Amino acid sequence: MGDGALSVWEKSSTARVVPPARPRKLAKVPFVELADGRLQGVVSSGSDIGRVYVSSVAAGTYAFACSTNNNRPCGGARGWFCNHIRALVDEAVLQYGAERVARYLKVEVADGELDADSVTTAMTHTRPAQGDTSAAAPVFSRFLRHLAYLELAPGTAPLPEMQWFPTTRAVA
Amino acid sequence: MVPDDEGGGLMRADLLFDPVDGLDEALAAVDAFDAALVAGLLRPQPGQAAGVVELADAVAGTPLAARVAEAADKTVAGAAGEDHFVALAAARAALLGSVHDALTARVTEAVGRPVAEEAAPAGAGGVDHAANLLAAARSWLSDLARAGWQGIDHELVGGAAPVVSAMLPDPALRRQATLLDGFAAELAASCPGATLERIPVRRWADLWSRALLLTLPGATGAPAADTATGRLLPLGIDVQEHATAVQAQVHAVFEPADGGAPRLVRAAASAPKPDTVVGAGLWQLLRPHLSLLTAVSEGRAMDLDAMPVTAEGDLIWDDARARTGEPADCLATARVALPTAAAAATAPLDRHPARIAAPVLLEGYEAEQDDDGVAFRIAGHRLPVDTDRIPAAGPLTAEAVAASGACIALLRWDAGEFHVQPLAVERTVRKKAVAVHAGAWAGGTTDKAGVRAEKAATGAVDALRERAGRLLRK
Repeated sequence: MGDGALSVWEKSSTARVVPPARPRKLAKVPFVELADGRLQGVVSSGSDIGRVYVSSVAAGTYAFACSTNNNRPCGGARGWFCNHIRALVDEAVLQYGAERVARYLKVEVADGELDADSVTTAMTHTRPAQGDTSAAAPVFSRFLRHLAYLELAPGTAPLPEMQWFPTTRAVA
Repeated sequence: MVPDDEGGGLMRADLLFDPVDGLDEALAAVDAFDAALVAGLLRPQPGQAAGVVELADAVAGTPLAARVAEAADKTVAGAAGEDHFVALAAARAALLGSVHDALTARVTEAVGRPVAEEAAPAGAGGVDHAANLLAAARSWLSDLARAGWQGIDHELVGGAAPVVSAMLPDPALRRQATLLDGFAAELAASCPGATLERIPVRRWADLWSRALLLTLPGATGAPAADTATGRLLPLGIDVQEHATAVQAQVHAVFEPADGGAPRLVRAAASAPKPDTVVGAGLWQLLRPHLSLLTAVSEGRAMDLDAMPVTAEGDLIWDDARARTGEPADCLATARVALPTAAAAATAPLDRHPARIAAPVLLEGYEAEQDDDGVAFRIAGHRLPVDTDRIPAAGPLTAEAVAASGACIALLRWDAGEFHVQPLAVERTVRKKAVAVHAGAWAGGTTDKAGVRAEKAATGAVDALRERAGRLLRK
């Protein structure tokens, strides 16, 4: 990479690398992320307000897992995607856009519109295997860490470093 | 006084398009070093070694020379330690500091405003605070430099998480925590580095070197040097955000009650946030801590009583020291008060081109909008307008900017050229001047779309708080 070979984007101090999340309702699926090679997140139980499910789908293999935060297996996720996992995909598409979710999960939708349904269908057609639930604990603790951001006190001392993070109207 | 040249508030807009002596040379040395970071410094190849040496040579005539030369030697040999990386980061910051100074001198000439006398730097505070955490951050950043951007993976990037989690609750470490958090999130979204199609070379080198320098004792925490008593006239609001942090910065003219010279100041509020709090949710987080946001929305001045202020002109806002004042139109402030307001000098460590944000009033331009975005034709040149920096939760749009006849903006510089970020515009609708402010919804709004956005944001935060209440404290 020699002088003058850099593009404007490469020479920009404030280049946008990660588009911000799109707004969505959080009651049903309070937490979604594309991380650790999985689409993973936390889905609120429809019947017990004190219970949540930790659900995940692995990129590439679509190996899926769903269990409660106390590591009890989800009754619906025996052999196929349960409703928690379907809700997780739906909300991930709302938050990140179908394209980013499909790219991360390595899903190809042959024809038709790229949306939550087509992404889910493309994955279930490959008859993915059920994964183990070993990721549930770390995902749940990442969710708690995420919630803890609400508890941190705002401040009025200047943060000069935020000059590198301009707001953007671009969406995921 | 409105300067009656064609550049409006820019007395000499043409100066922004003239070459700056030495700029290309300084940036070439920065680029050479930045390129070396792409493949990592664990076992530098000849091309990378040359880049590191080029950086060291560029500061050969400065007090940094000996330490940086030694650091370059060790790095070229693949034997660099943390202190050597710190020395290289310092050399890079010094070069960009010189670029900042040259560009700021050019801005000063172009806007034709007075410059405040440089205050003696305030003594650094927070010496040796949380040394262990800062050492952990330094160690992570050194590992990053060895791996290079092409060598990042989830395990390496994940090493930042415990450091960030431990730093965030401590207000004295908020700057470091916020930077590391935003940087690590970008890196995580870009893993594995080996398959990246393109790399934000200058940006990541900026974030890396800045984070490294902020691990040094006394790098942050310069205390407020003075207090401000008088009238504060807002110009507009600049919003900065990454997935888990937001800052709103109000740019304003301060008129001291004692009749002293008016000054350019800023007031900010910032908060960590979950990544799903966006748009109007950002205003909701910050509103309770900065009454000035409401004053801006209502088009009012504020009266300050002994508000702490740093030598750089940053007010350390305390709602108890501010009262809502008379109606004050931002555009009137820009026309009447801005031309005589003096800008404070930037603290040495903060001198970087990304920090340049000079409020200007632009009039008499021709706005154009095409595939490259919006630009103002001014003094025979094309001045790009960064409409992407207009906050999503507000009434200002690229279309409104393109149809405007006057604009309050922040003059900035990035990737080799000046551009402007609109804070407010004035357009003529049925022969009447109508102003649209980027930050109009900061204090709340009755606008239909704004009310809807506020409601959605409240719902999101309520849902998270409910979950946190049930699941966090067990």
